[in-house]
Amino acid sequence: MEIIYILWLRQIKRYFRSKARIIGSLGQPLLFMLAFGFGFGPIYAKAGEGNYIEFLVPGIIAMSILFMATFSGLEIIWDRQFGFLKEMLVAPVSRIKIMIGRCLGGATVAVLQGLIVLGLSYIIGFRVHNFLAALGAIFFMFLIAFLFTLFGTAIASSLKDVQGFQLIVNFLVMPIFFLSGAFFPLDGLPKAIMTVVKFNPLSYGVDALRGTLGNLNHFSLMTDFYVLGLIIVGFLFLTSYLFSKIEA
Amino acid sequence: MIISVKNLTKKFKQFVAVNDISFEVEAGEILAFLGPNGAGKTTTIKILTTVLKPTSGELSINGYNPVGEKDKVRKSFGIVFQDASLDEELTAYENMTLHGVLYGVPKKERPAKIEQLLRFVELWDRQKELVKNFSGGMKRRLEIAKGLLHHPKILFLDEPTQGLDPQTRNHIWEYIKKMNMEEKMTVFFTTHYIEEAEKAADRVVVIDHGQILAVGTPEELKVKTGKDNLEDAFIALTGNNIREELADGVEQMRHHRQFRR
Repeated sequence: MEIIYILWLRQIKRYFRSKARIIGSLGQPLLFMLAFGFGFGPIYAKAGEGNYIEFLVPGIIAMSILFMATFSGLEIIWDRQFGFLKEMLVAPVSRIKIMIGRCLGGATVAVLQGLIVLGLSYIIGFRVHNFLAALGAIFFMFLIAFLFTLFGTAIASSLKDVQGFQLIVNFLVMPIFFLSGAFFPLDGLPKAIMTVVKFNPLSYGVDALRGTLGNLNHFSLMTDFYVLGLIIVGFLFLTSYLFSKIEA
Repeated sequence: MIISVKNLTKKFKQFVAVNDISFEVEAGEILAFLGPNGAGKTTTIKILTTVLKPTSGELSINGYNPVGEKDKVRKSFGIVFQDASLDEELTAYENMTLHGVLYGVPKKERPAKIEQLLRFVELWDRQKELVKNFSGGMKRRLEIAKGLLHHPKILFLDEPTQGLDPQTRNHIWEYIKKMNMEEKMTVFFTTHYIEEAEKAADRVVVIDHGQILAVGTPEELKVKTGKDNLEDAFIALTGNNIREELADGVEQMRHHRQFRR
């Protein structure tokens, strides 16, 4: 237990110590909220869909969590670069514990990031409908965060150096983000796009946040929970396997 | 025999880093792996400590196989790496604690031991500073303090004192020798400082180009080569060519390829 805790703590400390990173990673969501929120808001209202900000903010929160969590997982590449990875790899403890501790830490950091973005959204006029439901939102934030930290860790475990990093961002993280319905409603999408969206785990995360923060479900919260939960279990096995295979 | 290596070979594609070496280390012994840069010292240590898979050969560490019984092998040793293994975003003290937890130092003993070792390497005053602000020598001292925090059966040291001044080097070797005496801890270290091998080691293995050239006590090596000091014996065994330091196996391979072109 202490092993998981100390590695969790490491991620938290690293997060709070890099103030530049916190501020830097808030720029993008803030810009998106302002530009898209006020830019598309009028069209969205004209189309009879109601308040776009209310629709958009959960999507932006999910986006911040996706980026933060995936990058936390990918940090292993930097640990390798700076040599700290070796320290963990030859430790006389099971690598699964190490992996879980790291990922829980990464996930916690990503949830914190999501909560900060939620706070920022109050500036542009977003309001949580009901505080009890918002607790549910934190739970789903954690599921999204844990899932994508595992995902980042799985990728980083199979990479040797930082060269592949940009490739991952452009060909995996960006598509996951754009094809999740974070910006647009899922009703009436072309069939091909809808199929992709349905296979994208983040779609269920975005949907769950909309359902808990507002009241705008496309799927049901139960569906969201089962899908996210199932994928997390799958990734737990895959990531443990890949992490245990790392050679320094 | 606490370490036994039979016909160990490690190839990186075409490049042979370690070529069919065999040797044994007795429990409680201090053994030096002495060789010029790129001789295969680090590759051997990496294989013995489970971070690299051997291409072929039979290995036994504390009775376990580093390929099949990784966890048991990892419980048997401690290691000070040749290059950095610190988290630079954490303080010196936090690095020590993290290491203590990972390597199973009991919670009750931890603070006292950390203090003792940080004082020993003269970093106690700077325990709350982030490691990224440390100089090269300070980082090296912290690496060593970290490696000595738990007391394993076998201690691997990969060029432990590189870049340290002679005072610090002596100081650290006294401590390691004390641990070796009091706890019968086996010490396996690599070095290219000849006087370090001569002073600290019970036996020396001279390695070059991935092959073992000679094994024996410093005295035996001098007799064998007919030289009156270990440095001349070393040069007699390994030749006069100047070696290039190569970053790692892949780098070695690249170099090797260029060389053949």
